[in-house]
Amino acid sequence: MAGITSKDLVLTRYAEALGQATPTKGRSLTQDALGRLVRNRAALASIILIILIGLIAFIGPYFVPWDFSKVDWSAIRKPPDWAKGHYFGTDVNGRDVLSRMMQGTQMSLTVAFVATFVSVTIGITYGAIAGYFGGRIDGLMMRFVDVMYAMPYILFVIILVVIFGRSPVLLFVGIGCLEWLTMARIVRGQTLALKEREFVEAARAGGAGPLAIIRRHVVPNLTGPVVIYATLTIPEIIITESFLSYLGLGVQEPRTSLGTLISQSASAVESQPWLLLYPAAVLITLLLSFTYIGDGLRDAFDPKDR
Amino acid sequence: MGEPVLVVEDLSVTFALRDSEVRAVKDLHFSLSAGETLAVVGESGSGKSQAFLSIMGLLARNGRTTGRAMFGDVNLIDLERRALDLHRGRDLAMIFQDPMTSLNPTLKVRTQLTEVLVRHRGMDEQQAIKEAIEMLERVGIPEPTKRANAYPHELSGGMRQRVMIAMALLCRPKILIADEPTTALDVTVQAQMLQLFKDLTNDFGTALVLITHDLGVVAGIADRMIVMYGGRCVESGSVDALFYDPRHPYTLGLLNSTPHVEDRARRLNPITGSPPNLENLPKGCAFHPRCAFRFERCFSERPELVSFDSGRAKACHYQDELTYEESAA
Repeated sequence: MAGITSKDLVLTRYAEALGQATPTKGRSLTQDALGRLVRNRAALASIILIILIGLIAFIGPYFVPWDFSKVDWSAIRKPPDWAKGHYFGTDVNGRDVLSRMMQGTQMSLTVAFVATFVSVTIGITYGAIAGYFGGRIDGLMMRFVDVMYAMPYILFVIILVVIFGRSPVLLFVGIGCLEWLTMARIVRGQTLALKEREFVEAARAGGAGPLAIIRRHVVPNLTGPVVIYATLTIPEIIITESFLSYLGLGVQEPRTSLGTLISQSASAVESQPWLLLYPAAVLITLLLSFTYIGDGLRDAFDPKDR
Repeated sequence: MGEPVLVVEDLSVTFALRDSEVRAVKDLHFSLSAGETLAVVGESGSGKSQAFLSIMGLLARNGRTTGRAMFGDVNLIDLERRALDLHRGRDLAMIFQDPMTSLNPTLKVRTQLTEVLVRHRGMDEQQAIKEAIEMLERVGIPEPTKRANAYPHELSGGMRQRVMIAMALLCRPKILIADEPTTALDVTVQAQMLQLFKDLTNDFGTALVLITHDLGVVAGIADRMIVMYGGRCVESGSVDALFYDPRHPYTLGLLNSTPHVEDRARRLNPITGSPPNLENLPKGCAFHPRCAFRFERCFSERPELVSFDSGRAKACHYQDELTYEESAA
């Protein structure tokens, strides 16, 4: 009967089309969350802004006429002057504000990412080990965290400045080594809950050792909280850096950072407002954007929202 | 039946509490032959799960196991974690109750399946994936290549339980312990799963331990059964013998509280009372407060497990035939 309606032919074609239309690709929970994040308008705008600022900061210096450390003796403390190529004006020493801002943003972003990366890495490892092994090990490790919390943060930073004063990136590796405490607590709490889940028990029943379980079954399940926390740590480090620069402990001349730029121009805000306004605008944009992304991520990873 | 693959003697499990101890399992004896299906039946808290978790070394931190569980000539109870890891997943596998949470939500099905193969059989990733997909096909998952690339949340409950079965059987274990594998599934899927268990364990010669409180499941696929109450075995023997001629009042009570399709007129007779508190078991026979056949001896003296007929044993002082009327009274 097959020949009469040529149904078989149609069905075969349909089946082939179906087979090709659904490529064998699973969507992970993280991919789902990222999809939801991109649908969040504020978060999407923030991502675009940050990418834009990052691009300008890292590529921009090749396109502006003045180097960030070059002094233009004919233009000291001058407002924006397009003819000379000082689009954002010049500072007290006659250096171009725009290229200094680009360099400063570069510095701020770099140290923020470096410090966050270091703190997240240490925090995950430490927290997951404490949480998974539990008992006495957990007690000891978390008491150490408590003690570290009690120490005055700024004291450590001053010691680090003395050691690493010449290299801002190393300085912020050091700051990352101080920032992991909260991350460790968050990860430990999550791990305590995760290790009671049946898939961890199933992995143990399959003969997986503790380190394999932590690596394959615990850490991947921490993606949500870790990503959210990391996104919120970045602006925190930018602020820390600005604060340290304000105290004169941060980045050293002739290099600069957003915090240094702001602190140096704060005193001259009435006579030369352009020195303060531009870097402050960039700093605020960055902070707000990261916060919005963190907020968007929290919504995107929210299990109740699925 | 084949030769014994697991011989358990004097198995006891205790949990240390703040200032007391709970004995979850006491003096459990049984042996498991290659290819056989053993059902372990009992109410919640009868120690049936804890007995097998202890053999697998999966007890909670405050749990302690004594006795022997001989797998060949190694005692699984004494093994260190590292040594036990060589057997877990390769020789002994376990399937848990809830397929919804037994798979890691962040890893592809494929990755979770190949993990055991790479660890225990030293396969490379490509070979392992091939083997995993073949096993997915064996457990009846349509389009196994596509499903292997899916994440667990993209599969249905029955499909996930099939994945769990595939994962457990990948290394062709000698013993498969299934802890209430069908409880979380709906009835039609349950039947499919039981058939699958039966077929696969037959094909691979795997001994199956089925921990359950569903006597319908037991009747369907088990060869022998152990009835546990208050941490002890109260009756054991072949499934047919225990179903048609129960000798322990508790077994009879369990059977009476199971609905039968043919017998609609009969009222269900639940066992009165509630399971005993393991921290404070009744004196004498632990079942006596709920037993319709009790007499003076039951209040003071705990009955030992005594063998009778061939391959049957019971722990009860009452020696006459148990009758339905009396138990219902």
